[in-house]
Order: sequence, then structure tokens, then C-alpha cells
Amino acid sequence: MDAAFMGETFLRLLGGLPLTLNLTFASVVLGLVVAMSLAAMRMSGVPALDWFARAYVFVFRGTPLLVQIFLIYYGLGQFRPSLQAMNLWGFFREPYWCALLALTLNTAAYVSEIMRGGLQSVPAGQIEAARACGMSRLLLARRIILPIAVRQALPGYGNEIILMVKATSLASIITMMEVTGIAHKLISETFRAIEIFICAGAIYLILNFLVTRAIQALEYRLSPHLRNAPSPMPRLVAASE
Amino acid sequence: MTLLSTPAVSVRDLRKSFGSLEVLRGISLDAAEGQVISILGSSGSGKSTMLRCINMLETPDAGEIAIGGEVIALRKGRHGRTEPVDRGQVDRIRSRVAMVFQSFNLWSHLTVLENVIEAPVHVQKRPRAECIAEAEALLTRVGIVDKRNHYPAHLSGGQQQRAAIARALAMKPKLMLFDEPTSALDPELVGEVLRVMRSLAEEGRTMLVVTHEMGFARDVSSRVVFLHKGVVEEDGPPGEVFSSPTSPRFRQFISEHR
Repeated sequence: MDAAFMGETFLRLLGGLPLTLNLTFASVVLGLVVAMSLAAMRMSGVPALDWFARAYVFVFRGTPLLVQIFLIYYGLGQFRPSLQAMNLWGFFREPYWCALLALTLNTAAYVSEIMRGGLQSVPAGQIEAARACGMSRLLLARRIILPIAVRQALPGYGNEIILMVKATSLASIITMMEVTGIAHKLISETFRAIEIFICAGAIYLILNFLVTRAIQALEYRLSPHLRNAPSPMPRLVAASE
Repeated sequence: MTLLSTPAVSVRDLRKSFGSLEVLRGISLDAAEGQVISILGSSGSGKSTMLRCINMLETPDAGEIAIGGEVIALRKGRHGRTEPVDRGQVDRIRSRVAMVFQSFNLWSHLTVLENVIEAPVHVQKRPRAECIAEAEALLTRVGIVDKRNHYPAHLSGGQQQRAAIARALAMKPKLMLFDEPTSALDPELVGEVLRVMRSLAEEGRTMLVVTHEMGFARDVSSRVVFLHKGVVEEDGPPGEVFSSPTSPRFRQFISEHR
């Protein structure tokens, strides 16, 4: 292996980093919004909404993300005239929007289930105690349910963000020049797959290292109640002893 | 009981079923201000359900509940189930009626002090500094002020229940409901909680206590109510009901719980 070549490759792959970050960030944020609506539907108690959310989660969790990307990018291309009639062709023509849409819809399915788990993990007794002291629904949600649910959901949600960082590499299949896309291109120019993929892998590894640490720090900050009890004040001992 | 003053709580012909199980079959009960009523009964007698109806944690199917003279307005909702007419009224009444639960139900993500000031600050909207000062006084009173910055998970059951009592007191309640407050505690921790409850009774607070502690019922409460299968079977001052119970079921209950 050639250190100088790897260094150069690394720098060229970094050119794809902004797009990788862009797809990750945008799909995680948009996915969160969709997931909130899905979780709300799921817990609404309205059968039609509940079943819609269940079916959505079933389909998007049960099929590969790659298939979803192909369906949206290539599959919808078959309906070009109708999409043009609806003024949507400008959106579905662009691989960026198709990749972002697929990533968003996919992560929303997983995140809605993570949220549901977090909300359902809030002990009923603690909710009852809040109702018993006269908290309105809004206050109850804001002061008791959400803080507890977020702490419970955070580890699972961290996992999902890590998966999304890696999932953006699938966008390379529909011509997006993010890190993996650039790696492909370099390989076709140089046929040096090992060095190039090691560099690409290292970039994802570094990204996810940072994500992991950020989630860990947040978890630590939000969970003092799950740690050991604060130690009592150290007793002052005479220095001479 | 005198009819001259408004009862702290008045329950009229309370009925509640869960599915086909009729838990409360017409219960009426008036508690005068300052009374400490022990509610006894074997499991399934409806005593916890009755208590939970008083602050609307359970909605009664029929009957009337008035807290300090204010009747909680109920109506038949969709599907024929009763519901409060005005949630705001229920929330307002709840903020004057404190409840202590069998399983403490402290908020796990808040410290002891934060638990105590939560409702005064956010429900009653009183100044935070004032609430903290009061909370520390209450925690001193129940003997756990040194634990104020601990989280509930770091406390023993008895300490958690005393924190829960401090949380209830912080609302300056007109009425306190205790739902088997010592039933989840190890035997050696029961005493510390009962001592706090006794001191509350002695300062003239109105308390309804669902309990299995016969000693508390006998020595501390001013009145004992015995429920059986959803109706009041025995009702009177402890001295009377324990020495000469009129209901054979209560007689049996006493002999079983001696």
C-alpha cells in the first residue's frame, strides 16, 4: 500500500463529506418530524390513523432501503407524464431529492417506533402522580412524560443516527457523489479498491465516533438519576493524621 | 357529625364498575374538616377505587362527589361513559387534594427537592424561591432534608414515601388521600412513615387513609370506615367499632388482622 496515494485519496473522498453530512442531517431532522406524526397517529386511539401508521412502519421497516431508493428514483420515472402534470417531475427527476425522500421515509418508520417505546416506558404511576396534583395534559407532557421518554429513547435513537450516517452511502447507487460515490469513481480510475475503500470506511468510522460521543455526552447529562448516588461531602480530616 | 359546616369531602351514592365487575355499589361518606378516617377492607372491597374516585383518577359511573362544597360536574359522554364536564375544574380540585400512593410514584428524573417544588411552581405558579424554602422546611419535618439533592432511586422505600408526603404537603392541600401508604414498605420502614402521618393527624389535617395498619386505624384515626364488596359495612369512631362491631364481617376482619 502506498501512503502518499492513500493520503491523496483521503483528501479527495473528503470532497464527498459535505453531501454525506447534508443527506444525514436533512433526513434525520425531516425523519424526526415525520416520526412524530406517525407516533402520534399510532397512539391516537383513532383506528384509521393507528392502522395507517402500523402499515407504514410495516412496509418501510420490512423492505430494504435500497429497494425503496430504486422504487422512488427509477420506479416513479415510469410515471413521468403524470408527475409532470402534477408539477412534481422537477422533484423526482433529481437524485438528491429522491435519495433524501427515501432516507427520510425509511428512518421515520424506525424512529416512530423508538418514540413509541420511549413514551410507553414512562411509568403509569408517575403519570398518575402528576395528574393527581392537578397538572394539565400539556404540563404533564412537558414536565413529566417527555423528559422521561427522551431519556429512555436516546440510546435507540443514537443507534438510528449511526445507521443513517451509513445509509447515505446507498445514495451513491443513484449517482450521488457523496463519500462512497467518489470512492467508486476513484476505483474505476485507479483499480485500487483496498486503499480507497479503507479510506472511505475510515471516514464513516470517524463520523460515527463523533456521533457516538455526542450521544453519550447527552445521555450522561440527561441521566443523573440513573447514576450512583452523590457521594456525601468528604469529611475534613486533619492533615497531620 | 355536624351539618353546620361544609364537609371537607362529601361522597353520595358512588357507583363504579370495571367491565362486569361492580366495585362500588353505592357508597356515601362525609368527612368533616380535621377528621382522620381510616378506610379498611379486604382486597377487592373497593376502598382504593373509592379513594381514586375522590380526585377523579377513576371516574365514577354514578353518584356525586363534592370537595369543600364544590360538586365535581360529571356528564354522560360518548359510549355512555361518564366524564368530567370541565377538565379545568378537575385539575383545580386536584391541586387542593393531595394524594400519597402505595408505590410512592416520585418522578424519577427529578431530585427529591425538585419533586417537592414541581407542582407548587408549575401548577400553583408560586414563586420558586418561596417554594424551595417551604420544601426544605417540609423535608426537614419528614427527616430527609439531607437527601434533597438525591434522586428517588437512591432512597429507601421509607425515605421515598416520606418524600412523597412532603410533595403532597407542598401543595398546602385541604384534603389528603393516602392509598395504602405503607403496604409496599419493608416492615422495619413502616414505622417512620406512620410517625409522619400521625404528626399530620395531630395537627388537624383532613385525611382519608386506606390502610391495613390496624394500629394506625385504632390509635390515630378519628373514624373508621369498613368497606365490604363495595358498600360501607361499618362506620364509627375506632373506640366503638373495634370494641363492639355491629357487622359480622367486620368482626371477622378484625380477628383476621389482629
